[in-house]
Amino acid sequence: MVPTVGMETHVELRTNSKMFCGCPADHFGKKPNTQTCPVCLGLPGALPVPNKKAIEWTIMIALSLNCKINKESKFDRKHYFYPDLPKGYQISQYDEPISVDGYLDTTFGRVGIERIHIEEDTGKLQHKKINGLRPGEPSGSESENVSLVDFNRSGVPLVEIVTKPDIHSGSQAKEFEQKLQQVLRYIAVSDCDMEKGSMRLEANISWGFDWGYKVEVKNLNSFKFVDKAINYELERQKKVLEEGDIPSQETRGWSETENKTTPQRYKETAADYRYFPEPDIPPMEFSEDFINSIKNRIPELPFTKLEKFINKFKIRSTYAEILVSQKETAMMAEKVLEESVKAGMNPDLVAGILVNQKIDLKKISPKTLLDMVKKKGSSLSVNEGSIKLWVNEALRQMPQAVVDFKNGKLNALSALVGLVMQLSKGKADPKLTKKLLEDMLK
Amino acid sequence: MKNDLTLRSAIDLLKKGEITSADLVEKYLGSIDRDNKKLNAFLTVNEKALEKAKAINNRPNDEKPLLGVPIAIKDIFLTKGLRTTASSKLLDDYIPQYSATVVRLLEDAGAIILGKTNLDAWCHGSSTETSDYGPTRNPWNLDHVPGGSSGGSAAAVAGDLAICAMGTETAGSVRGPAAWCGIVGLKPTYGRVSRYGVIAMGSSLDSPGPLTKNVEDSALLLNVIAGNDPYDATTSALKSDDYTKFLKKGVKGLKIGLAEDYLLPQMDEEVKNLVKNTAKVFEKLGAKVEIAKTLDPRLAIPVYTVVQRSEVSSNLARFDGIRYGNGREYFSEEAKRRIMLGTFSLSTGYQDKYYKKAQKVRTLFIENFALVFKKFDLLIGPTMPGPAPKIGVTEGQAMFGEMADVLTEPTSISGLPGISVPCGFVGGLPVGLNIFGPQFSEGLIIQTASAYEQATQWHEKVPEMIETL
Repeated sequence: MVPTVGMETHVELRTNSKMFCGCPADHFGKKPNTQTCPVCLGLPGALPVPNKKAIEWTIMIALSLNCKINKESKFDRKHYFYPDLPKGYQISQYDEPISVDGYLDTTFGRVGIERIHIEEDTGKLQHKKINGLRPGEPSGSESENVSLVDFNRSGVPLVEIVTKPDIHSGSQAKEFEQKLQQVLRYIAVSDCDMEKGSMRLEANISWGFDWGYKVEVKNLNSFKFVDKAINYELERQKKVLEEGDIPSQETRGWSETENKTTPQRYKETAADYRYFPEPDIPPMEFSEDFINSIKNRIPELPFTKLEKFINKFKIRSTYAEILVSQKETAMMAEKVLEESVKAGMNPDLVAGILVNQKIDLKKISPKTLLDMVKKKGSSLSVNEGSIKLWVNEALRQMPQAVVDFKNGKLNALSALVGLVMQLSKGKADPKLTKKLLEDMLK
Repeated sequence: MKNDLTLRSAIDLLKKGEITSADLVEKYLGSIDRDNKKLNAFLTVNEKALEKAKAINNRPNDEKPLLGVPIAIKDIFLTKGLRTTASSKLLDDYIPQYSATVVRLLEDAGAIILGKTNLDAWCHGSSTETSDYGPTRNPWNLDHVPGGSSGGSAAAVAGDLAICAMGTETAGSVRGPAAWCGIVGLKPTYGRVSRYGVIAMGSSLDSPGPLTKNVEDSALLLNVIAGNDPYDATTSALKSDDYTKFLKKGVKGLKIGLAEDYLLPQMDEEVKNLVKNTAKVFEKLGAKVEIAKTLDPRLAIPVYTVVQRSEVSSNLARFDGIRYGNGREYFSEEAKRRIMLGTFSLSTGYQDKYYKKAQKVRTLFIENFALVFKKFDLLIGPTMPGPAPKIGVTEGQAMFGEMADVLTEPTSISGLPGISVPCGFVGGLPVGLNIFGPQFSEGLIIQTASAYEQATQWHEKVPEMIETL
């Protein structure tokens, strides 16, 4: 019995226009039904014309997640009835998605990406109580519950990222999603704002395939809930299994208030979406050149940056993780780290200051920052790593002292300690310095 | 007044100032007023047509190619502000918020929408009998159907209720009614004319096309409506042509294939003979006519039926009862039948057997045509297996349309263009010749049809109903 979890992540792209029409894609907080046209309202006769940028960005996401790009891809119609789906079908991708077979590494292990495809978002239902003042109704009618549809979101480009069932715990799922969010923000294709719904998570959870069931958990609108819901759900299912039953295949939702998953009222009959190729959009073909041109536009991604910070600048991984979590911070931190190397300062020390004192790099230039660090030096704790740098420098500057020390002149050590104190402007701890020097010269 | 006006002559008279646009619109509004009761060709008359015509009278220097010409539009094209029903009561009071690209192009060219014409509801049929607003009648014999689904447009032109009209063809819906009403119907290559704003039937098949009194008028309208449309991803990027330049080219040296498999065994001998006679006309004009072997057109019936029903079931899903006022109970029998068959053929477990298999056979047709058109410039054959049947005989024959359209289905599933021109009469009812060619051969088709038309007089015949007025 192995905890078996696969994640489905939906991400709204931040393109200027919608997936198949010219309406603005940025729908959050806009007055209902003000960003619509015949196409995204699904009016009779309207036809979809695909958004090239959205397709390029989907390819960019796929390349960033080490996926294979299908040279030939197409759109399909996925049929189901729901009031927020004005055409009675969603334009999605079925058997020829834009890309397949990638991965994203977590500290718990590699998580395979099954597929990445592009589709259109649906409208949004609003369930409201109104006060009986609809046109033609007498005032003072009893208030009633109504369901309203806002089509501003209808047709917004939506990328679906499906993992392989490679995740084995809530914390791994959480880390995967956090890293995914980082990547998507680095390449700037989506805001990935869970509160605004531009990143939506679903987990498929079971104790392995042999049992023949899986439970889908929706409504996971924070990374914390992903972790909690998966762990809760695994425990719940385990109990059912231990009692000799098989958990029922169902869709559940995470209840924040009750801290548990509860069954949702979805119809559990096997859906038949009657997929067939979207006849209104010709199939797509991507040339090697086209794919490469997108590849060339991908900036350095968080895992590359992380590796660089740790290996090149030798800063500790806890600092590095924090500094690379946002692209802007990472870019600026990298500059500061480069400058600190040039100024002969210890990058790990500087990184520690950036992290611990929450320095806003937008408001301060690397030079000013480093000057400040130097000036305030005495008030700052100096770690072993920094002293080692000065020790190395002192050994380089006083080769004769090294020879003398090795020839038994023990007071040569005092000269070296003195130089380290000078280099560190008095910040280095003399005792530690002496110990480090002795270690080095042994 | 006899139906002496063509689009060409109307344009010339308007340019010379011998008539005004208002004269024209008044004439046709008068005809509609008088004869539409008999024909039921129009569902909606454009109340603003005369007003628009009068406004045009003050713009004598405007160079728009169709300036001031009234035109009838099949009620499947959305017309902004003008009721559009698809001949279904489900859309009984639907006023579109936008116009189809074709309508916009026609209006930009100066044409005036005279009104909206009857069709088989949602284009589901080949007789215009499935309209929720009653059948249209054939001007040549009011007891007979005009064909469909663009029956209202064909009857309006043949009965002189309009100079020219727009229709749409999925398989036979332009050419069929043109043949049965003794006029010219052109089905362009799929993707040559925009489908944007045309209520979709079979999205991979639908193709708007003109219904006119002669081939020249057809070329004039194609000039206006053909071309790439940024709102329709399936339109071709290939530049459209000036199709009128093909009108006088003649057929000398052309290799025309008489599609032998299109002369079906059960077909009326008289129809076969009329088509064979056209071969003699072409030879006389200097073309080389030979028998051409093709795939049996009857193989296209199941392919077309499955593809079209599948797409219909998907396209009509948007009429879910939430919007447009009327619910799904407003779908009539034929629409329900098609939705059910299409839904079935797309369902898991049946898709491989039906939809995917149909697409494979579709590819075979496309490949076969490609081979045939290596040998021949064009093919000819009858448009319809026989002349128009009587109203009512199609009742209970759910597959009537597919059988009637058997000769146009192969080209439709292959996306190829074709034209139907009058080539004689059987029992007082017109018969059409179908001239069809490879993709984007509209110029050549118009060239050939025009040569035939100039060598014959069939297109000059008018129904008695008009003669006696």
